[in-house]
Amino acid sequence: MPRCPPPAEAHSFWWTGRHGTPTDDAPLLESKQNTMSWLTKHVRPKLRSLLQRDVPDNLWTNCESCSQMMLTKELTRKKKVCPHCGHHMRASAHERMQWTFDDGQYTTIELPTAPADPLHFRDSKRYTDRLKAARSKSSLDDSLLVAHGRIGGQNAVVAVMAFEFMAGTMGGALGEAFLAACQEAIRQKAPLVIFTASGGARMQEGVVSLMQMPRTTIGVEMLREAGLPYLVVLTNPTTGGVSASFAMLGDIHIAEPNALIAFAGPRVIRDTVREELPEGFQRSEYLKEHGMVDLIATRDELPSLLGRLIGMLTPAAGNKDATPEESPAS
Amino acid sequence: MRQFLDFEKSVAELETKIGELRQVGRQDNGAGLDGLNIDDEMARLAEKADKQLRSLYSKLTPLQKVQVARHAQRPHALDYIESLMTDYTPLAGDRVFGDDQALIGGLARFRGQPVMVIGTERGSDTESRLRHNFGMARPEGYRKAQRLMRMAERFGLPILTFVDTAGAWPGIDAEARGQAEAIARAIDTCLQVKVPLIATVIGEGGSGGAIAIAAGDRVLMLEHAIYSVISPEAAASILWRDPKMSPTAAESLKLTAQDLKKLGLIDHIIDEPVGGAQRMPAEAINRVGEAIAAELATVQAIPKESLLSRRRERYLEMTRAAS
Repeated sequence: MPRCPPPAEAHSFWWTGRHGTPTDDAPLLESKQNTMSWLTKHVRPKLRSLLQRDVPDNLWTNCESCSQMMLTKELTRKKKVCPHCGHHMRASAHERMQWTFDDGQYTTIELPTAPADPLHFRDSKRYTDRLKAARSKSSLDDSLLVAHGRIGGQNAVVAVMAFEFMAGTMGGALGEAFLAACQEAIRQKAPLVIFTASGGARMQEGVVSLMQMPRTTIGVEMLREAGLPYLVVLTNPTTGGVSASFAMLGDIHIAEPNALIAFAGPRVIRDTVREELPEGFQRSEYLKEHGMVDLIATRDELPSLLGRLIGMLTPAAGNKDATPEESPAS
Repeated sequence: MRQFLDFEKSVAELETKIGELRQVGRQDNGAGLDGLNIDDEMARLAEKADKQLRSLYSKLTPLQKVQVARHAQRPHALDYIESLMTDYTPLAGDRVFGDDQALIGGLARFRGQPVMVIGTERGSDTESRLRHNFGMARPEGYRKAQRLMRMAERFGLPILTFVDTAGAWPGIDAEARGQAEAIARAIDTCLQVKVPLIATVIGEGGSGGAIAIAAGDRVLMLEHAIYSVISPEAAASILWRDPKMSPTAAESLKLTAQDLKKLGLIDHIIDEPVGGAQRMPAEAINRVGEAIAAELATVQAIPKESLLSRRRERYLEMTRAAS
């Protein structure tokens, strides 16, 4: 089984893809009050030209929410949570794996392949070319990464949707990968934790992508029949066919703060009903108030929360107070 | 008054002429006009119109099929239920919040056999369209469907669904009450009920709102029905960023019954009368009844204990087959 690659360093936070992307994020403010703006405008370009080799492009990162500037390295240490306003920024699939498993240690599992382009689809680009580009940009095969390891000393299988791969859209490959994750959990008699992040169905696969809704649902049913916990961590954004299938069928739904969680995206709703949307509409806190989410947890709280829940839901581990030392070897 | 689609213009003109001739014929009791036999002329025009219609409908483009599938005069779910069933007894409500008239259902007898029937209903005039919310269901609709499916399971009744929706209602109220969860649970229920479930796409099979009641043992589609993850109009504006690209989008999405059969995603195509179900609703409904009866008999012959695993296998094999 392949070991995880080293942490990806270069990240662009300003995701500008086109596939069902919610455009709800606060625009990058060219803040006049921002005392650091001289740094971005004048000092940084000069620095860059002087020390082109030594200064990476992404030395500084602005918070999407409060526009404060911070060192990217510092931000990565803080699990991409803005130290100023607590905003949870987008994270890569591998980052989430590292933050979730004990000591950041995990083993990814080989995923089955699915027909790459069932409709021979082409819009302004060939779908196969889009896939190629997404693969080389993300070094992932498709929008789901699956790994196993330990959480709070207990075996767990974790699946993470990669928003960096075509906006985490759901096609045949994701369906296959999700089913593989369920089967791996059943094989290991371990719980499945999934981090969802998706613009919805992958339109380039037409009804094949729609059929992943029942297919992934079958995976959830198999976990249920095996008596294994299925925990869903909803991250920003989780929309469309993903939210209307496996993302909303968890035993427990945990959401990251302020994540957009919706069936129809805010733009679609605004265009259809021509009404102003209520404040905080379709955000984690709103969903919790409306009974769709059990818990809201920050990235810092999440690993211990998952460990605690798994401990209580997994019969073998739940009967005793599992600690890393006591847990059985795999 | 027959409503014509833009591509049916030539047929519309011929039929107008036939109508005018009939009017003339009635006035002079078929005596003829300038030596012209009106009956002969009418028959000639009717034949010509029929030929044109046949030719048009034998090579409809995907976008034309989208128009036909949405035709206001096509038979809708309630038309099928009222013609094919007896003792139809509508049941209302999700027992949680309310009753959604976009998603209707109840007990009925199909060829004498009690069944649970569920469908998305678009309505047929302004008043009923509003009442049925143009066939776009809210969470309470999908929860009512779950309730009826569970009831059918308890009493061993087969479930027959009729799909005809642009999609689930994208409204503030629907989101507030958990549209995503309601659809997810409905799909889950479709896959879990231990009774036969036959879904028929009679018009538009719009994305999540359609699959919520269509994840069954057999999926049938009318010849000119469509089934898609997104409307071609929305796909054109999102993927091509140009609403004028709808014809290309409709083509690329492979949303016709013929495409979906080829991809192995549906089981059977029900031929429509020439000119579409909207021209001869009774005939179309009759054919749908025949097809459902045949499929139901096959599914009912499957041993009960393997019904669910066969249904699962149908979906698990799907993507793998679609290469």
